[in-house]
Amino acid sequence: MSNITRRRALGVAAAGAAGAAAGLALAGSSVADAPRPAAPAAGPAPFDEVYQGRRITGGPAHGGGHHGGHHGGGYSVTIDGAELHVMQNADGTWISVINHYEPVATPKALARAAVRELQGAPLVPLTLT
Amino acid sequence: MTVRKNQATLSADEKRRFVNALLELKRSGRYDTFVTTHNAFIMSDTDNGDRVGHRSPSFLPWHRRFLIEFEQALQSVDPTVNLPYWDWTADRTSRSSLWAPDFLGGTGRARDGQVLDGPFARSGNRWTITVRVDGRDYLRRDLGAGGRQLPTRAEVDSVLAMETYDTAPWNSSSDGFRNHLEGWRGVNLHNRVHVWVGGQMGTGVSPNDPVFWLHHAFVDKLWADWQARHPRSTYLPAAGTANVVDLRDTMRPWNDVTPADMLDHTRHYTFDTAA
Repeated sequence: MSNITRRRALGVAAAGAAGAAAGLALAGSSVADAPRPAAPAAGPAPFDEVYQGRRITGGPAHGGGHHGGHHGGGYSVTIDGAELHVMQNADGTWISVINHYEPVATPKALARAAVRELQGAPLVPLTLT
Repeated sequence: MTVRKNQATLSADEKRRFVNALLELKRSGRYDTFVTTHNAFIMSDTDNGDRVGHRSPSFLPWHRRFLIEFEQALQSVDPTVNLPYWDWTADRTSRSSLWAPDFLGGTGRARDGQVLDGPFARSGNRWTITVRVDGRDYLRRDLGAGGRQLPTRAEVDSVLAMETYDTAPWNSSSDGFRNHLEGWRGVNLHNRVHVWVGGQMGTGVSPNDPVFWLHHAFVDKLWADWQARHPRSTYLPAAGTANVVDLRDTMRPWNDVTPADMLDHTRHYTFDTAA
C-alpha cells in the first residue's frame, strides 16, 4: 500500500459510484440555464457561497477527469477551489474526509463543518507517498 | 504471549516503552504507512460499493488484523510492548491519566487545536503529521468539544445485548451489533469517540493520533466481550454477498486472511480481564 496514488485509492469503488452519479447529476439544480430534471429531484441543490471568509461550492461533478472516482454520487464539493473528498451514506446523510465520523444532512452543511474544522488551513491533496 | 492491558493500569515503565516504540516507528517511516492504508480504505469503503474496512461486517475483523499488524511492528522495536486499550466508558474526561504528559499528552490549545504537551507535541519534533488532508503538520485535539460526552457503560451494554452480528444491507444503515458498535446507527459508540477526541481523530487520517490504537483495541475487546455473551451468534454474512466480505472471503489489503481467521483473538493475544 506504500505507493498507491489517491486516484487508485478512490478507483476501487468508482464503478459502484458511477450508477448513482447518473441519477444525481441532473437533479437538484437551481441554475436557470441548467437542464431541468425530468424526474423529481433526487440530489442536493448546488451551492456557491462565502462562509467564514472562504468560498465553498457544491454541485454535480463534471464527468471524467479526477472526479471519476468520487463517492458522493457524482456530487463535488470544493473549498477555495480545492476538492473536498465527500461521501453520501445510505440514509442520505453526508461525511467528508475532514469530518469522517459525524454525518450531516447536506453537502453545504458538510462544507461549512469542514471550514470550521480547518480554522483557515488550506485543504491539500493527500500526500500518499 | 501478548496481553493487552487497560491503559489506566500501565506502569510508568510500560508507558515509556510504548511511547518510545511509537516514536521509533514514526522516525523510521513505518508508522505513516499505517495512516496511509487506513485512509485509503476510509475513502474507498462505500455503502453501495465494495466495502472492507468500515461500514460493513468486516469492520471488526479488518481492524483486528490491522491492529495485530501494528502491534507486531511495535514489538519489532521492543518485544515487551503490547497494545493497551482505552475503556472510554470509565476514563471519560480530559483529566484521565491517558492524556497526561508522560503518556499521550492532552487536548489542543483553543487557537489552533495544537497539542502542546507530551511526546507527540509538534514542538518535540518527533511527531510531524505528514499523511494529511490539510496544511497543518501538528497533532491536534479538541477533547470533549462543545460538551460532547463519551458513551456510558449502560450504552455499551445495550449494544452488547444485541444477539445478531450484522444484518442486510451490510452497511451504515444496518441493524445489529456491528453497526451499533461502529456507530452509524443507534446510541453511537465507536464513531462518537473519534468525534469526541477531535483533531485528526475526526478525519480519514485518524491513526495520526496514537489514541487511535487504544480506541480500536477497546472496540476490539468489545467484540470479544460480545462473543462471550452470545456464544451461539457468529459473523455474518456467511457466503455469496456482493461487495461484502463473507465469513471465508479474504480481506484486502492482506488477501490471505478471512473474517473466520480473526474470530478467535486468543490465537494472537489475550486481555487482562477475561472476555
